[in-house]
Amino acid sequence: MGTLASVLEQEGFATVALSGVRGQIETTSPPRALHCDFPLGRPLGKPNEPEFQRDVLIEAFSLLEEPAGPVLVDYPISIEDDADAPLSCVIPPSDTSDRNPAASEALGLLPAWRRTQKKYGRSSVGKVITAEQVPDMLDLFIRITDGESWDKVGFPGNPIKIAADIKNFYEEASISLNDNPPSARSAESWFVTKTLGGQTIQTARIKMKEADVDFDIWYYLLPVTQHHEGEQDSL
Amino acid sequence: MSDKQLRAMVGGLDGFIFDQIPWTTPKPLHESRVAIVTTAGLRVESNADWNIGDQGFTLIPHDAENLTLAHFSPNFDRVGWILDKNVVFPIDRLHEMAEEGIIGSVANTHISFMGAQPDHTLETIRLDSGPAAAKLLVDDEVDLVLLTPV
Repeated sequence: MGTLASVLEQEGFATVALSGVRGQIETTSPPRALHCDFPLGRPLGKPNEPEFQRDVLIEAFSLLEEPAGPVLVDYPISIEDDADAPLSCVIPPSDTSDRNPAASEALGLLPAWRRTQKKYGRSSVGKVITAEQVPDMLDLFIRITDGESWDKVGFPGNPIKIAADIKNFYEEASISLNDNPPSARSAESWFVTKTLGGQTIQTARIKMKEADVDFDIWYYLLPVTQHHEGEQDSL
Repeated sequence: MSDKQLRAMVGGLDGFIFDQIPWTTPKPLHESRVAIVTTAGLRVESNADWNIGDQGFTLIPHDAENLTLAHFSPNFDRVGWILDKNVVFPIDRLHEMAEEGIIGSVANTHISFMGAQPDHTLETIRLDSGPAAAKLLVDDEVDLVLLTPV
């Protein structure tokens, strides 16, 4: 992002960049940057806290008063993430059909996902599949955990995007299963470590890695913050 | 691995270094028309999904509904975005600041690129898509660009 800021500054705009990765902003050195020690994905820090977000912006715009650059200033407040502290989440009773347990779990989460979408009007599900297709896609990942090759199970698109749709579905469902909004990465951690759906993709990812599948496919099936090789039991 | 550890890890990746850091003297903030340029990989409803290595951009109308955070990488929290789009794309905060006279106005058009590029030289952004995006911001009479990552 630092490079992009310099490109735009060169085109005649004054720019102010919020920074999330200090090493990168030091390397690319944009004209003006406010480094915020916040979790990735939340560059303004706190959702639904307008005063906090406003303060970040006021600090950032104050850099415009500097007579020369590059300027790199640290925002004084840090926010921790919860990548290692899974959300406490009670999963609704699963569908009682003869689906595999992970698919049944996802069916049980559909009402919660729909409530989140209705309340917030946004979803990150839909790169390849709909929320209703999540159980079927978990069936395909189960087949990888059983030893089939990823390119033979019949994915309807890029497996990285399908895995992202599944993760986003679970995370979005979790929002409606909690009284308090999830902290950064706590829903991600819950998905990977506490749900059958997350454990299915984790096991499939490791199987694909061990089978020397292309790095760009197995690596991006889950966030690197949840690559717990050696800690994962087979399902 | 915590988010902080991940940020430390990617902080060591290569980045493009300009020989000379450009510098534009800003207009007074209260007179400045402000646009958001984010690297979050946002997508409006009709656009195609982002793919790894895409160095293009998409236009985000200031009143766009049905925005999707469509960045290819799974390596960041997406729940914050669902709870409040302003945590990534602070359009409501800018409108409030314009109403209070802190900034001059909010642009009609905002822009999303996608960060976490495998080509650290960002050649396409530097030579093609970056200047093309700048042209659109000039057309909207933008003075000041707020860049947000994800």
